[in-house]
Amino acid sequence: MSKIANKQMICEVLMEAARTDKDIVALCSDSRGSGSFTPFADTYPEQFVETGIAEQNLVSISAGLAKCGKKPYAVSPACFLSTRSYEQAKVDAAYSNTNVKLIGISGGISYGALGMSHHSAQDIAAMAAIPNMRVYIPSDHLQTRELIKALLKDEKPAYIRVGRNAVDPVYEEDNVPFEMDKATVVCEGTDIAIIACGEMVRPARDAAELLKKKGISASVIDMYCIKPLDRKAVIDAAEKAKAVITVEEHSPFGGLGSMVSQVVGEVCPKKVINMSLPDSPVITGTSKEVFDYYGLNSEGIAKKAMELMEK
Amino acid sequence: MENLAALAYELRKNVVDMIMEGKAGHIGGDMSVMEILTELYFDQMNITPENMDSPDRDKFVMSKGHSVEALYSVLAKKGFFSIEEVIEKFSKFGSEFIGHPNNKLPGIEMNSGSLGHGLPVSVGMALEGKMDGRSCRVYTVMGDGELAEGSVWEGAMAASQYKLDNLCAVVDRNRLQISGNTEDVMHQDDLHERFRSFGWHVIDVADGNSISQLKDAFNEAKQVKGKPTVLIANTVKGCGSAVMEDKASWHHHVPSQEEYMQIMKDLEERKEAALHE
Repeated sequence: MSKIANKQMICEVLMEAARTDKDIVALCSDSRGSGSFTPFADTYPEQFVETGIAEQNLVSISAGLAKCGKKPYAVSPACFLSTRSYEQAKVDAAYSNTNVKLIGISGGISYGALGMSHHSAQDIAAMAAIPNMRVYIPSDHLQTRELIKALLKDEKPAYIRVGRNAVDPVYEEDNVPFEMDKATVVCEGTDIAIIACGEMVRPARDAAELLKKKGISASVIDMYCIKPLDRKAVIDAAEKAKAVITVEEHSPFGGLGSMVSQVVGEVCPKKVINMSLPDSPVITGTSKEVFDYYGLNSEGIAKKAMELMEK
Repeated sequence: MENLAALAYELRKNVVDMIMEGKAGHIGGDMSVMEILTELYFDQMNITPENMDSPDRDKFVMSKGHSVEALYSVLAKKGFFSIEEVIEKFSKFGSEFIGHPNNKLPGIEMNSGSLGHGLPVSVGMALEGKMDGRSCRVYTVMGDGELAEGSVWEGAMAASQYKLDNLCAVVDRNRLQISGNTEDVMHQDDLHERFRSFGWHVIDVADGNSISQLKDAFNEAKQVKGKPTVLIANTVKGCGSAVMEDKASWHHHVPSQEEYMQIMKDLEERKEAALHE
């Protein structure tokens, strides 16, 4: 099956929409190449705004455009978009309630060897803590397509994080279950509930396959909608299982794990293990090397599940 | 046409009442910016409660959001809400009339309060005007202390890059900020040169509390093509009464009863003088 990077899918969906909707505007901070947005800029120059390397300006200009009826998509590396322009996201997008979609590209540790300045392992915590800011992390290009189509229909601010590289798809071209703000149940299970987001969904699904062979039944929940979190999906999965595992490409604090733990602790207390990046600069390497090192792969997730079942 | 110089003094009285009643407020900057807002809202801009949904309205962003009391006074006079309501509710528990602009209130486009946001947001608004071929204009007012924010200069760069001659920024150059004289805190006296080097048309308004000088400057800005314009409006912080004029300690200050009486008396006198000029 063909696979393309999620960011490229975003560009494709927006180009298709921009053909008939002249209010769609893409903005980049010298990031059109890294964001796969060069085709958009070339095809719709009148609907493209370059701000130069100025992320604060990128978000504020987007907010001004949105206030006047435009539908801006601000595309910039997640590491900068979620920190350098954090206040603009808070005040100009969320607080002023402007229809600004913040597209954080090359998120998480996509820029592995470039170091912590280029990692965004704090973006879920940061963005989710802003009132009126939504946070989405799609798992593959197919889900990304459905998510962006859904976002095109609303007029509220949102932060969307995608990775740099094409990843193995979770879904199939003609079978992409998607409902806005509802988590997708990738598979059902009764022993362990694995709740993951973004690039961690595919290894979670593969872990469930490994576990099946060991006689362990695991459910896998694709929580692409981090905020608003699909509480019902969390509760449904947790109530059926003996324990819950969360998996995310994020710091251990304030991300998917923290949010799922809050819900499980409140509604159906049971053991929740949070698998995440460490609270430290991550080791140098490609995404795969880094994920393998920290056990954020199918084997690592399955191992954690088996340990839980033994207890 | 109404005597706007006199009106500005009348509007100041409402600001002082607001601050007395709410027991809070950035009074110094409210007073320095009053003629700028008065000239904009009652002479320059096409903004009314009726046309706020029209995409062709002029747009205004109060970048120095802490001077919201002055904006409330002006918007009330424009009919967006009643001044009695503002004075009664300002800064009180549960009130929408908070200490910075909030676009849940009619007449206010964007929330502000953190400095250095208004110009970049206005750049976005002016860009929309260009994209959609509108003839409306976008205005924003910044404080001079605010210009130390780097984001101001990101916006300034983009405004000239995109040749936004439909954008007019105003610097309320009252030379004081919380910690004292702007030149001691972070120098701004090369402001004209700085904006020019960023590709802007710069107009120095010798007396930024003069309605007629502001009117001339805004009219000149409308004629400028191919670049944005900034008015450096040399104002007096606390303008309206010797009790508070040019005093950094009045950046945020609630007058005593005695000060209140004197300020109101001074404002009335200046209003009368303006009416007879």
